[in-house]
Amino acid sequence: MAVLLIAEHNNKELRPFTLNAATAASQINSDVHAVIIGQNSADAAKQLSELPVVKKVLSVEGAHYENFTAENFAPVIVKLAENYSHIVCSANTFGKNLMPRIAAYLDTSQVSDIIKVISPDTFLRPIYAGNAFATIKSNDAKKCVTIRPTSFDPCESTGGSAPIEKFDASEEFSNTKFIKREEIKSDRPELGTARIVVSGGRGMQSGDNFKLITEIADKLGAAIGASRAAVDAGYISNDHQVGQTGKVVVPDLYIAVGISGAIQHLAGMKESKVIVAINKDGEAPIFSVADYGLEADLFEALPQFMEELNKLNTIQK
Amino acid sequence: MKILVAVKRVIDYNVQIRVKEDGTGVVTDNVKMSTNPPDDNAIEEAVKIKEAGNATEVVAVTVGEEKAQETVRKALAVGADRGIHVKVDGILEPLAVSKILQKIVDKEKPDLVFMGKQAIDDDCNQTGQMLSALLNWPQATFASKIDVKDNKLEVTREIDEGLETIEINVPAIVTCDLRLNEPRYASLPNIMKAKKKPIEEIAASDLGVDVSPRLEQLKVEEPPKRKAGIKVANVAELVQKLKNEAKVI
Repeated sequence: MAVLLIAEHNNKELRPFTLNAATAASQINSDVHAVIIGQNSADAAKQLSELPVVKKVLSVEGAHYENFTAENFAPVIVKLAENYSHIVCSANTFGKNLMPRIAAYLDTSQVSDIIKVISPDTFLRPIYAGNAFATIKSNDAKKCVTIRPTSFDPCESTGGSAPIEKFDASEEFSNTKFIKREEIKSDRPELGTARIVVSGGRGMQSGDNFKLITEIADKLGAAIGASRAAVDAGYISNDHQVGQTGKVVVPDLYIAVGISGAIQHLAGMKESKVIVAINKDGEAPIFSVADYGLEADLFEALPQFMEELNKLNTIQK
Repeated sequence: MKILVAVKRVIDYNVQIRVKEDGTGVVTDNVKMSTNPPDDNAIEEAVKIKEAGNATEVVAVTVGEEKAQETVRKALAVGADRGIHVKVDGILEPLAVSKILQKIVDKEKPDLVFMGKQAIDDDCNQTGQMLSALLNWPQATFASKIDVKDNKLEVTREIDEGLETIEINVPAIVTCDLRLNEPRYASLPNIMKAKKKPIEEIAASDLGVDVSPRLEQLKVEEPPKRKAGIKVANVAELVQKLKNEAKVI
């Protein structure tokens, strides 16, 4: 049986992690079908059909799908699941919210947040904030799997031409009503996919001081991250949080400024290719994962960092 | 309204865990255990709702071995009225836990069930959503703000793109984010009083639920270690290294 990938999108276009989930799905079985549930989502469905790894697209349309409510999505996928061995989507807030609801309807034990497909029934996943890796074999007939998007490369996005079939909508779930979504718009790269991330922690001391980080991020074309302490203190909004209960990032360069490096923060960034730590406490745990550590007062170091960047002839973007 | 809050006993969030040498799991002997942090937020929120006059009773429930009862006792010390301990040996998968909780919901008939959004041991993030599927109730996951409005809740959810607000009719499930509130500490008099509050003990085997594992944990291992880095003397050296050695800027 084929694998069913649940596409994440905003009704206009696919969200980028759909491509990473597609890669993971294709490692389970090369026969990948993808379902897209939304309202007026034909353009996103077309984009999905162009992913070469996707062999068939199932499109489900309805006004009650406009806001991606799990209570509305789950029954459709449960109906479709009959014909599939695996249901796959990203382990971001979309997939985390949705997949367990599907798994429970199917009476399946979900495997969450996998970082590697070992075989079609065996997966590697981090536990304890990434301080241990567990190899898990699923004995359920149908397997519900969420994938850590940063652990799989995005698939090719063009060249495919899968057929798009319509599938019937399910009834609306009337006890949940969408009110509003406050998306923080930014011209900067997305935190989850950025090549460089500059993050600030409690050491920043105020929201205003984050402008020191913003300046450097703009210069480097980087996304801005934060520790939970900085978000809790109100210095910056929750969508910037990196860590066990926030986002997991794997950039080429991660610069941690004024972040001590609690286990929960390291869980979200320690797979980054190059890690820089700037902290005035030389004993801070962040230095144990840093490739380059600078023991310094960030309020002196960041302006100097900006000066040094300005001296460079070229900066990779 | 009656609120049922599910709590789990886990290795304390400050403990650096160690993987067992035989690869069967992590070391838990003589390791500090605590309530799963976002479960503390779930208890706090339920107690606050009761204090505001919007709930009549808060019941704390845990599913686990003998010592898991400590988490219920702690919930009682910060304001839960009574407790339920579903006794079971070994580790259950979230699907099994949600089936047990479904039985408790059938018995207790709460209007709301709260729990943390994720347990920090297995990091599964499943139980709340699974329970709401089994009950066919609405689910408000990753809640950072809850407003009670008669028989509805308006819940702000933390999502990757920012914040989302939904309105759900009770009965409903809410899974709580760490930013929902600041859990209070138990005062000594309240810890003493909590010792007198009732905890009902139920054997999981008496609930008629199939809790047999569907997953096999074949191996637990240490993640690959990062090689040690270096300290640089100043910002100029740092930028030079990033440019010419790491070649990332």
